[in-house]
Amino acid sequence: MSDTALPKSPASVRGILLGRRGRGRFDLTDMLTYGFLILGLLVMFTPVAWVVVSSFKTQANLQEFPPTVLPYASETAVIDGFDAPLPLFDVTQQDGRKVRLAQVRRVGLNAQMVDPADPGAKRIVVPVVNAVPVRQVRLAVENYANLVAETGADLWRYVYNSFFITVVATIITLIMNSMAAFALSKYRFAGSNVALVSILSTLMIPATVVLVPTYLIVAQLGLVGNLWGVILPTVATPTGVFLLRQYMLTIPDELIEAARMDHASEWRIFWRIVLPLSSPALAVVAIFSIMSRWNDFLLPLIVLNRREVYTLQLALNSFQSEFEVRYDLLLAMTTLTALPLACAFIFLQRYITTGIASTGIK
Amino acid sequence: MSRRDQLASLAGGVISLPARIIEPVMTGLQKLLGIKRMPWVFLFPNMLAVILFSLLPVFINIHYSFTGSDRLYPQDRPFVGGANYETLFDCGNYLDPATCSRDLFWRALGNSLVFVPIQVIAMISVALLAALCLNREIRGRGFFRGVFFFPVMLSPVVVALTWQWILQRNGALNGLMTWVGLTPVNWLVFPNTAFFWSVFITVWAHMGFYTIILLAGLQAIPKDVYEAAKMDSANNWRVFSRITLPMLKPMLLVVFVLCVIRSVQTFDELYVLTGGGPGSATMLMVQYIYEIGFAVQPRNFGLAAAASLLLGIVLLIFTGVQLRLSRSAQQ
Repeated sequence: MSDTALPKSPASVRGILLGRRGRGRFDLTDMLTYGFLILGLLVMFTPVAWVVVSSFKTQANLQEFPPTVLPYASETAVIDGFDAPLPLFDVTQQDGRKVRLAQVRRVGLNAQMVDPADPGAKRIVVPVVNAVPVRQVRLAVENYANLVAETGADLWRYVYNSFFITVVATIITLIMNSMAAFALSKYRFAGSNVALVSILSTLMIPATVVLVPTYLIVAQLGLVGNLWGVILPTVATPTGVFLLRQYMLTIPDELIEAARMDHASEWRIFWRIVLPLSSPALAVVAIFSIMSRWNDFLLPLIVLNRREVYTLQLALNSFQSEFEVRYDLLLAMTTLTALPLACAFIFLQRYITTGIASTGIK
Repeated sequence: MSRRDQLASLAGGVISLPARIIEPVMTGLQKLLGIKRMPWVFLFPNMLAVILFSLLPVFINIHYSFTGSDRLYPQDRPFVGGANYETLFDCGNYLDPATCSRDLFWRALGNSLVFVPIQVIAMISVALLAALCLNREIRGRGFFRGVFFFPVMLSPVVVALTWQWILQRNGALNGLMTWVGLTPVNWLVFPNTAFFWSVFITVWAHMGFYTIILLAGLQAIPKDVYEAAKMDSANNWRVFSRITLPMLKPMLLVVFVLCVIRSVQTFDELYVLTGGGPGSATMLMVQYIYEIGFAVQPRNFGLAAAASLLLGIVLLIFTGVQLRLSRSAQQ
């Protein structure tokens, strides 16, 4: 996939909008193209941006309808004689004058207010319709702190489980797949075709179809409710073997012959010569493995049946019902779960897209 | 060091530790078995996993589908012949799910039969359109490619919760609708709107994947064909219908089959978004298998296995078609 670099010289906004490299002028097809791309930008990007922005809103702000675009928080003031800070309101009085008061408590349609400048004075009773909360744009970063506080050590356990599964499964996948690929690309032996076909045939057996027996085998191995019960069933990815084998076929056999002359063991040849040379293919396999493991849902859903072994995805799913009225926590958790892969994507976009384009598999 | 090298050395560093444990074992095995048998030693771990978790399950699945009871272990399960299949197909009238003893199976099947064609057509049209736009000489192509692709990286749970947050009664979409003067709609409560958003969201989440494949196909079309068309002053539509589309056809067919296979297996996003509801309006086949096999007590593994075998047969047919198509595409 070739990306032509942008022109080096700084282009004006008009130049960016109307300019085309090389030839021609801005015609109807160009307008349609940019129209579609801008629409795509809005539809693809705004939902996620909206969740991230919402995760910085206070609970009161989240419950407003219609929702505010930016996160607002009411201003509060610490007043002598009250333990907690009181929210400030702009109150229109009966004579039309506006004053800024702090609300002590709300009783039905009236609110008891106190003048921040004179906390000792008698409380003023104001109808709530005359009071407008004083607020300003502020990021409610405390949502994230609250999330950590509410879930306690559990959150770190979910993060740890997800990381453990992703890292360990990816390492095992890389080693096993490349060992098989090495055998299938660098040796001529009876049965190699049978082995290759039987590995590739598993492409046709989607995990959803063998859900029940996979669960049985995991149960027989005593791995229900164990992180290894999620790691093991999908380590032997056929696409990984295929990709690595195709790549290893391009490594010249002379290198291996030369190493054998020097009495290197087969494992050393594999580990010291073939594997380092296959690193581009290994990188692609690793990225796909990380992606699918981090986002995996159905297999963890049936195998990991205790809270202590939940992955982030399972925890997020269960929070959906538990935090029903705590959207502030749910949104913070959603943002946190999406974050690691979003960061990875920014750095690895080229690898991922080339990998997909060359195999058609994720 | 380039980013590629850094990545490779990082990956190498992480896996070098277990390798120190493997090395003495492998050299020992080589002494014991000789070089001739080493390929099988290298194949062994992968083959073991393939047999244990892919090939064996297919046969166990067949066994499950012909046995009854809610016991997990095969030795405890009595043979019931085709009873599971009979239960699934036990219907008064095949066009009316309410007359079936397993009406949910037929509703899920019916939903899948509506969902798959609509989703596949929508997915491929949008992905093709995006790929065509990205294939033009435009500014910020890498950026826009990223824009269409990034939802593929998001987990299904995140995708579902994101859209749930937007579609809920007091959500952003209803806020927008009030702003332009329309009445808010409770999107996920009505069967038709819930179904529409199910299709929309799954397309939103996965279109980037197909866009990338189609874009690679478009970029493989030689430039001189287009140059020749320009010489003959062919208009854009003619270029598209006479050159781009025919030359992209093999790739388009592969994408089509891939898309159907994925679409039939849709589960995660909808399970989190709607839970199959309202009622059973967005319950598809895989969720039905999950529900009867794992969620509802007593667990009916036999019925789940029978349903998943039927699903497997459908997928096998499509995979067969795909293999044939990609073979003819290569020739």
